Order: sequence, then structure tokens, then C-alpha cells
Amino acid sequence: MVKKGLILLILVGFVAIISNLLINFTGSEELNPLAKHYAEKGATEVGAANLVTAVVVTYRGFDTLGEVTILFLTAAIVGFFLKVYHRDNQREEKLRKTSEILVTASTLLVPTIFMLGVYIFINGHLTPGGGFQGGAVIATGVVMMIMAKPNVTFNHKLLALLESISGVGFVAIGVLGVLLAAGFLDSTLLPMGKFGTLLSAGVIPIIYILIGLKVGSELTNILGSLKETQNEI
Amino acid sequence: MTQYFTLEFITMFTGFVLMVIGIWGMLTQKNLIKIVIGFVLFDAGLNIAIVSIAYIKNSTAPILDKAVDAANAAKLVADPLPQALVLTSIVIGLGVTALMLAYVLRMYKEKKSLDINSYTDLKW
Repeated sequence: MVKKGLILLILVGFVAIISNLLINFTGSEELNPLAKHYAEKGATEVGAANLVTAVVVTYRGFDTLGEVTILFLTAAIVGFFLKVYHRDNQREEKLRKTSEILVTASTLLVPTIFMLGVYIFINGHLTPGGGFQGGAVIATGVVMMIMAKPNVTFNHKLLALLESISGVGFVAIGVLGVLLAAGFLDSTLLPMGKFGTLLSAGVIPIIYILIGLKVGSELTNILGSLKETQNEI
Repeated sequence: MTQYFTLEFITMFTGFVLMVIGIWGMLTQKNLIKIVIGFVLFDAGLNIAIVSIAYIKNSTAPILDKAVDAANAAKLVADPLPQALVLTSIVIGLGVTALMLAYVLRMYKEKKSLDINSYTDLKW
């Protein structure tokens, strides 16, 4: 009873805090000065048509580096916790046979989904998209692959290599920005190119390709660990 | 009263409702997977609330093209900064959720139970 009262108290307190915020919320009529700077100068300073990409990769590139580090840490801890001790393939034989529709559809769809993911992260500076979204799309293709072929195995060494190379490349581009351009992760390291084309916005496409590969391989690694562990339980 | 029927208010209200449901789920549910789902709901609600702050009345997505050129972009687009932060927060939420599910799998392997009441090791 005391427990239920406490839970009710916490919920009522939380609602009281946020309802005060909510009632006085009216929405804003115009951009604040910082956002105005991003909107007006983003195209000339960074060269990305997608302003969110300009903020994520260049203006707040350091945050993104931290985010990639957190994702790497979670993938590493998941891999550590779900270490597979004895890989026996006894369980697969007991599984129900996968439906033919899923197997046939996956042979057509998985390469297409991978291609869509690559398209999304290559065009991250022009269209709504980017490395994280592209990597997540690639991971959905991996989910479909696991569902269609339950005994598929992943080469964790190759995935780890891909992940490390893209992570080191990301940091190396940042350090090169300090040495050759205006600062850490500065996008003017490479020529800006014509605004709105694929080869524009300096190093943003390269950074987003590296992030896309890194996120895709990390999520695949997590999915692979989760899938392989269920054979043990 | 009309201020409560705007797009940004409804979005923020939805986000806060999801957050309250998430906290309720985390506090009352006994199944470990359901607790993780409560966390995910809280996370999603928080992201929706942050995005609703970024919205400027009658604005469009912060992407420059033929319709939105750089000269008058400041009058037409929504705030890109909260959107970029939500992008960060979604990815971190995904990582933390995967981590919690891995803990749940590991705990299930130890005691073969998903009920939170069977884990009394840290209870005083």
C-alpha cells in the first residue's frame, strides 16, 4: 500500500512539474539568434544543404564524436555480456522451417535495403538522412536476413575491423582539420564544391560515410550477439 | 483556449503523455522486458517534446533547396539545433535499450525468471 502511494506521489509530482511547463508553452514565432546564424550562414560556412547535417557534423561535430563513442561502448558491453561460450548448432534443427515467402522476399529485399542505406548516408548532406539513419536502415536489412536464415553467422572480426577503421578515420579527419583547416572537424578541409551537388560540403560526405559504416557494423554486431546468445538459453 | 489546438502544443502534450506512461510502466510493472518498454516510451516521449520546442509557426524542414534559398532561410525554417540533438538522443536511446536487453538476457540466464521480485540481491 505504501509502495502504491509512493508511486502515485512520484507520478503526480512529475505531472505537476511538466504541466506547468506545458500550460505556459506557446511555441515560438521566430528563430533564436543562434539558430538564425545556422540558417543564414550554414550554406556558406559549411556548404551542406541539410542544415541539421551541418549542425550534427560540423558545428556540433564534437557531440557527434561523443555519441559515436557511446554507441561503440554499448556495442562493446553487449558483446562482453553476451559472450557465447559454446557455439553448438543443436538448436537450429529444432526451429520451425522459415516460410518460403520470407526467404524469397529476403533474397530480393536485403540487397535493396543495403543499397537504400548506403544511398541515405551518402546523400546525408543534401536530403533528410545521414550516417546514423543509413546505418540503422542497413541494420534492418540484417534483421530480415536473420529472420529468413536463422543459422546465418556473422564474421565478428571483419565487423570489428570495419568499425575500428571508420572510427579511426573519423578522428583522423578531425585532427587533420586542426592541422590544415580552421579547427577540429572543420568541413573546409576539402574544397567546398558546387552547393547542392553530391561532391560538396567539404568533408561532410566522407565523415557521414564513415559514421554510416560504423553505425551499421556496430548494430549488426549487437544483433549478431543477441541472436547467437539465444541459442544458449 | 485556441493556444491549446496548435500543432506544437499537441505534439508536446503527446510527448509528455508518453513520458508519464513510461514512468508509470517503469514503476509498476514486474516483468523486466516491460520495464525496458517503459524506458523506451519515456525516451520517445522526451524526443517528441524536444522536437516540438524546435518548431516555429508555419515553418518548414531546415533543408535548403529551390523553395528555401539561403537568403530568406531564417524566416522559413524550423530550428535545426534541437533536431540535431534529438538525432543524437535517439541513437543513444537505441544503444542503451540494446544494453538493457542484454542485461535482461544475462539475468534470465542466471535465474530463469523475468520477474523483478526474484532478484533480491541488492534489496535491503
